[in-house]
Amino acid sequence: MQWLERLDRRWIFVVMGLLVLGPLIKPLYLPLSVTEHVRAFAAAIDRVPNGSTVLMSCDYDPSAIPEMVPMTRTAMRQLLSKDCKIVITVLWNAGPGLVDSVTHETAREFPGKRYGVDWINLGYKSGNEAVMVLMGQGIANAFPRDYSGGDTRSYPIMHRVRDYSSFPLLVNISAGYPGTKEWVQQVQARFHLPMVAGVTAVSAPEFYPYLQSGQLQGLLGGMAGAAEYEKARGEKGTATRGMDAQSLGHVFVALCIILGNVVRRTRPAGGTA
Amino acid sequence: MKRELPLLTTALIGLFMILSFFVPHEWVSVPADFLQATAIILVAFGYVLGGANVLRVNLDAVSKRAPGWPYKVLLVVALLVTVIIGVLDGIPREGGFLNAGTRSKWIYDQVYSPMAATLFALLAFFIASAAFRAFRIRTAEAAFLAIAALIVMLGRVPIGDRMTAWLPHAFQLGTMQQWIMDFPQNAAKRAILIGAALGVMATGLRVILGVERSYLSGEE
Repeated sequence: MQWLERLDRRWIFVVMGLLVLGPLIKPLYLPLSVTEHVRAFAAAIDRVPNGSTVLMSCDYDPSAIPEMVPMTRTAMRQLLSKDCKIVITVLWNAGPGLVDSVTHETAREFPGKRYGVDWINLGYKSGNEAVMVLMGQGIANAFPRDYSGGDTRSYPIMHRVRDYSSFPLLVNISAGYPGTKEWVQQVQARFHLPMVAGVTAVSAPEFYPYLQSGQLQGLLGGMAGAAEYEKARGEKGTATRGMDAQSLGHVFVALCIILGNVVRRTRPAGGTA
Repeated sequence: MKRELPLLTTALIGLFMILSFFVPHEWVSVPADFLQATAIILVAFGYVLGGANVLRVNLDAVSKRAPGWPYKVLLVVALLVTVIIGVLDGIPREGGFLNAGTRSKWIYDQVYSPMAATLFALLAFFIASAAFRAFRIRTAEAAFLAIAALIVMLGRVPIGDRMTAWLPHAFQLGTMQQWIMDFPQNAAKRAILIGAALGVMATGLRVILGVERSYLSGEE
């Protein structure tokens, strides 16, 4: 065990790298089960009447791509396949470019859907919670111009949108602050807008109280949540492909915790850390 | 007067915004909307101040040849280049610097986006290294934490269910991690949320009543 104690940490990096890279090159196809909160997320979107307009806030930046982008894609596909209209906003200053690319790519899968008619990206607005509250007084007031600089009110999709009462559901995909917690506190609680959320794995535990209280109707937690959502929708996207790598990564971290402690316990008396 | 006027303004606006939460009448809601919009504009100016501060701090460090000053030169150059290109791209048409095909979009897609993703991806390596070297189980509490962490970590991924598929359903890792998340974790998180909310309310009241004054000049 002495050699393990003196192990160069670069070996740990190499093993972790191989464990993540291997399944991405050659997938293991580990079976995935869909949990209750993910089923609830998909069911909440299913309950939205076909053709209605849904608000989708994508509050993340490129650092959260592996977790957030698959959720955004699958949620957008589910909504567009129900002929729902989607109004997209971003409250993270580094997010709009990414969100715009992802939403355009996803919308292209639906040849009949047109920008400004079936979906619109209102882009970024600074102000965090203040923007959420301002949107309650009027979406176009808070976002007078869309992401590409066009007059928001001139788009057909916005003719049927006034404020939060125009939406049957808010889909929030969030990687931190401002995000799901703020949407629940400022919008769900105040304007009683039904809401589902997709969040990063590290922040997911924070939202269980909102889930239990019914303020969130469904929750996707991290890449696992995104992969389960893909499975629930019959898709095989990037989250599903990433789950094998994440599985092995988690096993390796668990082994590191166990091994690290075993090494310390077996250290001869008087040894140093 | 130098201190009293800001304190009075804070108290009046604070009370008014609380009132607007309960009174939907236009005499209250219209000025409240105006104040909300004002807050958004002020926040936007925060970016200008932030940018100026980054320049001031880093140029100061460069002029003093502080440790790592070449990196600060890189940061300042990157900041200025990005802002200047953004402004130039934005001149021809409204929202232009955000559109596909612009130089700003190229910088975002090809430089910023991969760098941000890479930086976050490095976490996997450092978490593994830290798990090996720093996660020391010395007490019973630490042991409980480690066991819960292992169950949740393995139960959240498909391989966890695969490893314990031979056990009764209640003892499978996926089931146990869901129980930990739904009950002990949820109870603790709820307590933290309630405590934090009470703290926020108390701080808000202290600011409105003028007891908390540190925001004026950094002094109590």
